[in-house]
Amino acid sequence: MIDFSVIFAGFGGQGILSAGKMAAEAALYEGKEVSWFPSYGPEMRGGTANCSVVISDEPIGSPVVNDADVVICLNQPSMEKFEKQLKPGALMILDSSLIKTRPERTDIKVIAMEASDIASELGKMMFAPITMLGCMATATGCFTRESFEKSLFEILPERKHNLIPINMEAFDRGAAFAK
Amino acid sequence: MAQKRVLMKGNEVIAEAAIRAGCRNYFGYPITPQTEVMHYMAKKMVQVGGNFVQAESELAAINMVYGAAAAGFRVMTSSSSPGISLKQEGISYIAGAELPAVVVNIVRAGPGLGGIQPAQGDYFQATKGGGHGDYRNIVIAPASVQELYELVVEAFNLADKYRMTCMIVGDGTLGQMMEPVAFRDEEPIETIEKPWAACGRKGDSFHHTVTSIYIDPDVLEKKNLELQDKYKIVEANEVRYEAINMEDAEIVITAFATCSRICRNVIRQAAELGIKVGMIRPITLWPFPYKAISEAADMSSVKAFLDVELNAGQMIEDVRLGANGKKPVYFHGRLGGNLPMQKEILDKIVAIHEGKIVEGGNF
Repeated sequence: MIDFSVIFAGFGGQGILSAGKMAAEAALYEGKEVSWFPSYGPEMRGGTANCSVVISDEPIGSPVVNDADVVICLNQPSMEKFEKQLKPGALMILDSSLIKTRPERTDIKVIAMEASDIASELGKMMFAPITMLGCMATATGCFTRESFEKSLFEILPERKHNLIPINMEAFDRGAAFAK
Repeated sequence: MAQKRVLMKGNEVIAEAAIRAGCRNYFGYPITPQTEVMHYMAKKMVQVGGNFVQAESELAAINMVYGAAAAGFRVMTSSSSPGISLKQEGISYIAGAELPAVVVNIVRAGPGLGGIQPAQGDYFQATKGGGHGDYRNIVIAPASVQELYELVVEAFNLADKYRMTCMIVGDGTLGQMMEPVAFRDEEPIETIEKPWAACGRKGDSFHHTVTSIYIDPDVLEKKNLELQDKYKIVEANEVRYEAINMEDAEIVITAFATCSRICRNVIRQAAELGIKVGMIRPITLWPFPYKAISEAADMSSVKAFLDVELNAGQMIEDVRLGANGKKPVYFHGRLGGNLPMQKEILDKIVAIHEGKIVEGGNF
């Protein structure tokens, strides 16, 4: 795998940057090269936020992604903006709980999933991007479920390990949409 | 022994590397996009028994650096472009007084307050002076988070060895991005005696005085010549660069830091089109790898250079000095905090390869 690139985009506060970091950690756990680059600057809760993650078997060239393999969108403005930054044939995963229209492009694959509805069923909105991670990992094979789970044990402090099962439930709920 | 790789932000790695290198004094003033250096220092410096001061201004911070360096301690400050401009007076004094210090500039777009996105517009300032007087700083431009770690540690060694400011030049991308970094169990710290340090007389027969003032022109000229002799030694011994894919290269990219990473991908894409592209990536911006450029210009396979920067063309002047008219040097740059798309650079390479553009043309 050479420079598999993902853009995570949505509102600030949805857990976009954290989800990107979790994806990078899972791939790092597999011994891959990874980079994570956030939008930065006058960002705020409720404003737009995004980050780019690159996963590769080789040293990563640019951490800045112009033509992504996957875009994960959690709001309408992000879908409109990042639709343009997908490679032909690439995958957009969108949160259909929050995004009512669909991309105009016909040369990309689209998976629409009710990520925010699932997250509220699970009790916390922060699970929305996790469900979409599950979908992405299953659809593309960029990292395995096992790596994701094991990396959580490594990066979370022990007092938070009790949260891992519910994170994995979110991951699995999302994975179902990839099939 | 290298430890397990952990995912860390560039700015945090700068701070961690400094502490590992024995830096126990950090003075700074917050500015985007390098504030995480301060955050990390504020937390960790206290834990290791060092001094952390959020100064009242950049000027105060650099003069605290002057003081700590004069007393013989390893010391660092960090800022971003407008803040580094404010520090230039102090950096000049540090050069005059021959003190070792590490200064980090996580460059943002200018001039003036400019913007907060990544840029490389401070190349001239970093490599050609910045402050007043005939002086040099060793200027290092890491291209990855792992390299940030290793080169920040090295910066402290070089600063002590030559009693100079060693400046780390990064940009917003490098500071803000996370990448895996593997720390060493033990750092290669070169402990250098500092008999000149102004930390009390302690029974010596002489006063330990640190100064940059020499009123007598003959005395000052002698001092200036000593500095120049030292800079010549640095030029002879400390040039660092990375040569990538240079064998049989037809077009040679010159780019540093973030730009060099984007160009790495372009090299691969050009190869798919059957164009052999190599790259010389300066790691030290001063001393500059003129010899490597000159040798590349002498290669029969090399048709041209393409200099890629996040500015209107600054390092290109040094590339031209190295190439010395032997081969044409083309330019591609982006300004204002924008990064070049890989396709833009690739298009330019194709145009050069087909002889369709004129030397130096850019915007």
